[in-house]
Amino acid sequence: MITLEQVSKTFAARSGPVRALDQVSLEVQQGEIYGVIGRSGAGKSTLIRTVNMLERPDSGTVTVDGVDLTGLGAAELRRARQGIGMIFQQFNLLESRTVRGNVELALEIAGVDRAARRARSGEILELVGLTDRAHARVFELSGGQKQRVGIARALAADPKVLLSDEATSALDPETTASILGLLRELNRELGLTILLITHEMDVVKTLCDSAALMRDGRIVEHGRLDDIVLRTDSVMSRDLFPLGELPEPRGTAIIEITFVGLASEEPVISRLARTHELDVSLLGAAIETIHGRQTGRTRLELSGSAAQIDAAVADLQGQGLTVNRVREAA
Amino acid sequence: MIDSSDPDFWPDLFATVWKATGETLYQVGWTLLLTAILGVIVGTLLVVTDKGGMLERPLGSRALGRTINVVLQLIVNLGRSIPFIILMIALIPFTRLILGTAFGVTAAIVPLTVAAVPFFARIVEMSLREVAPGLLEAGSSLGATRWQLVSKVLLPEALPGLILGFTTTAVSVVNFSAIVGTIGGGGLGDVAMRYGYQRYSTEYIVVVIIVLVAIVACIQALGGWMSNRMRRGGTPSARSAAEVPPA
Ligand SMILES: Nc1ncnc2c1ncn2[C@@H]1O[C@H](COP(=O)(O)OP(=O)(O)OP(=O)(O)O)[C@@H](O)[C@H]1O
Ligand SMILES: [Mg+2]
Repeated sequence: MITLEQVSKTFAARSGPVRALDQVSLEVQQGEIYGVIGRSGAGKSTLIRTVNMLERPDSGTVTVDGVDLTGLGAAELRRARQGIGMIFQQFNLLESRTVRGNVELALEIAGVDRAARRARSGEILELVGLTDRAHARVFELSGGQKQRVGIARALAADPKVLLSDEATSALDPETTASILGLLRELNRELGLTILLITHEMDVVKTLCDSAALMRDGRIVEHGRLDDIVLRTDSVMSRDLFPLGELPEPRGTAIIEITFVGLASEEPVISRLARTHELDVSLLGAAIETIHGRQTGRTRLELSGSAAQIDAAVADLQGQGLTVNRVREAA
Repeated sequence: MIDSSDPDFWPDLFATVWKATGETLYQVGWTLLLTAILGVIVGTLLVVTDKGGMLERPLGSRALGRTINVVLQLIVNLGRSIPFIILMIALIPFTRLILGTAFGVTAAIVPLTVAAVPFFARIVEMSLREVAPGLLEAGSSLGATRWQLVSKVLLPEALPGLILGFTTTAVSVVNFSAIVGTIGGGGLGDVAMRYGYQRYSTEYIVVVIIVLVAIVACIQALGGWMSNRMRRGGTPSARSAAEVPPA
């Protein structure tokens, strides 16, 4: 649905050129929620702004819904933008208009007539749960309500894609959860494709089907979240399950087991000790709810012979667990 | 010196001041109408043709945008730095050219407008620069044309500030209109000149002052009320500062 190919962008800053995007390629499938995470200055905002050409890339192509936006003229680009909604960290609502007026702005721009604007704005405000605030002025709203208006405005003209640049970063955790819930709902009910930018792993964890990690203008890691979770060498995965530093070497082996769903209820550890006659100690564990499923990782220290450990690992893998051998026994 | 004990004195005074007030309001009204239109156009052009503005490159030419911007800046600065009384005299040939006469109630609208437009244009420029760039981006992301960005985002969002600025401009125009009156522009200034200055009538001066003060007070009350109505709930900057927690 969204394809970026070899997109680069360099800004001329006072201190010299800043390469905000360095040959970035990205593919967002139809109907998925794709999260881009990274530190401040990594180039996330620049990336998402190229998707609707608020930022024109120096090179590379940006294709949304089959149309290469880099090749469009001004009028065609405006038309294409109507099919790409965007929400912002600072909401960017017009104080000069009511809630309904803000939503209707999108429809006025899209050339929808008055009666249809009324009907559509009513409909979309109901979808975001703001029917009773339709006539409120923007300054009367809470942050969460403002972002709902932002979402309603972005979706009024019925776009297929929604771009979200840190949409929940100005909100408290509870409000964040409710906005993320709304985005999930819209994604399911409308089949909306969402590309979002965040610096919080929590957002990726609760919402995203796929994710990419940016650093210094590049995408250093990407994939479906289900896969990332199981990749123990992944930076994102280590951020998801923070297990801390490894202990000093002391002749023992260290493994990490990642489990998804019910496997965690099996008596894994006691079985290792019993069946394979190993000494097992727990070095760390983290459990997260990802896509509504309990997903976790434990780090175990095993003392025993190499053969015993090999057998134990094979056994675990046989149970469908993902095992990563972090350190071999000396 | 006129005799204030004459039974016709007060009726004459009121008739004269009444007529002059009508002339002043007519003059100020037309000046303000023209100033509002031209000031908004010039002020908006100053902002949109500036570096990073949406009309930075009109017809694809950066040089053209730059030229428009520089020329307008120059005109506005010149217009604001020339004292009104001198501007007024300097414009006599120009006024005669377009209206056939340089004196009278209507003719005075020309120098008044020429003086007020740069003043108001600068205020428009400052108000528009206060509008958060994010709002224009939001408009662009919805596919707005440049005209839609100006008419639906930039100007409406700046409106409370524009109205306050226009109020200030209106008060200055009333002030200038009295100056114009002293050299044949009619209105209250003319009355003050002919009766107060040349015939030393304190009564005329006092009544003219009362009427001018009343006009200014009305303008200010109206402007303040309209601007407030639009930004109920405090200034935009104070509000956003209160709502966005520090990162
Ligand atoms: N308009 C600009 N002019 C100059 N430099 C810019 C501009 N926009 C971004 N940059 C630079 O490009 C780099 C990437 O910026 P970007 O805003 O994309 O980062 P980000 O990942 O969104 O960061 P944050 O999490 O702080 O929002 C930064 O070094 C930034 O200073
Ligand atoms: Mg950013």
